[in-house]
Amino acid sequence: MAKRFTIFIIGSAAALTLSSVMRAQNQPWNNAGLAQSPNQQQQTGPPAAPAPRRDLSGIWDAGGAGIGARGYMTPPLTPWGEALGKTHKSGDGARMVPVEDINDPLSTMGDPEGFPRNLLFELRPFQIVQTPNQVLMLYMFEKRWRVIWTDGRRLPKDPDPRWYGYSVGTWEDDYTFVVQSVGMDERTWLDNAGNPHSTEMHVEERYRRVNQNTVELTVTIDDPKTYTKPWVPRDKLPLRLMPHDTDLMEMIPSASEAAEYRKVFARPGK
Amino acid sequence: MVCLSVVSETEAPVKDKFFGVFLGAVGLLVTSVALVAHHGAASFDTTKELTLKGTVTEWIWANPHCFLKFDAKDDTGSVRNWAAEVSNPTDMTKRGWARTSFKAGDEVTVALQPVKNGAPVGRIRHVILPNGQTLSAGAPPPPPPPPAR
Repeated sequence: MAKRFTIFIIGSAAALTLSSVMRAQNQPWNNAGLAQSPNQQQQTGPPAAPAPRRDLSGIWDAGGAGIGARGYMTPPLTPWGEALGKTHKSGDGARMVPVEDINDPLSTMGDPEGFPRNLLFELRPFQIVQTPNQVLMLYMFEKRWRVIWTDGRRLPKDPDPRWYGYSVGTWEDDYTFVVQSVGMDERTWLDNAGNPHSTEMHVEERYRRVNQNTVELTVTIDDPKTYTKPWVPRDKLPLRLMPHDTDLMEMIPSASEAAEYRKVFARPGK
Repeated sequence: MVCLSVVSETEAPVKDKFFGVFLGAVGLLVTSVALVAHHGAASFDTTKELTLKGTVTEWIWANPHCFLKFDAKDDTGSVRNWAAEVSNPTDMTKRGWARTSFKAGDEVTVALQPVKNGAPVGRIRHVILPNGQTLSAGAPPPPPPPPAR
């Protein structure tokens, strides 16, 4: 009896915790996104409807899998890539250093996260909007957007580098949208481990609509100046559809808030 | 942690026990991963945990990490002003925390991992509020296994 009572108490506590979490995720305003771990997500409801044709519109969330705090294993770097990577002192992953030594341009200066780091680190919920000649991606993290042109134009030759590059997209079939991007600014990191890239990098994103509720995202990095072969940091990452009336929180890594944080934690006690 | 010990004491069949232990292990793994700071975990002494009773002086609800400032007495009776961090507002909202979770003057009990150099700075494990509610800095535990039949 005592054991069952204990189980009841523990179960009730867990249920209360989970219900507060679920409440947080059902807020009509300031929604934080889906649960961080799959075992927090509700597994109820009927099977998802079939995927609609050539339609990615909606608010999508990878949950905790989108965060990518530790960065990624890469193929061997070229000598040029090694030299650049050694200048990156990250807050996590293989190049992790104490807070006072971090030189991540995102977390220390409030520089833009840039593309494709925004798919590899802090990929929080984002909305996809389709227009007749564009696919727009509106990201909760940084509150930034990308324009992916679908009007048939070609990628620019020798473009001026941009934080978020230049992107064009095509439907490979009725359920797979493929985006090609070039022209990304070399100052941005690829991930939270400080993996580097060059302006010669080419990135491919594949969005495959599996059913009404799920898209799988695959990201391939091809940067022969930095890496000895192409690699795939995101391989069929599941993105879940959120309710269409979800109002997302702001999650903006501002320079002033970063400075306030570093004032306390970068040199504790000094 | 609690789930694991309870699972091991139930009268459930071995298969259920195994499933419960598996769920608990996954939960712990997820929780420990979620506790890793994005912006430099190297400063903290992960082998140490302090439990401090103190008075809230400020609650900063901001990116990249929220942090709680509070006064607590040390072993000599001197008051030190601590600063202890958790994750960002988005993650903490998912864990049941809010901008309004604390106000100056609240009496709280804070369990934290301190930094290695002895400064009054740390990383929160959990906080017990004046009303007895516990706010955990990690992801919530997985659902408990079904009760034994």
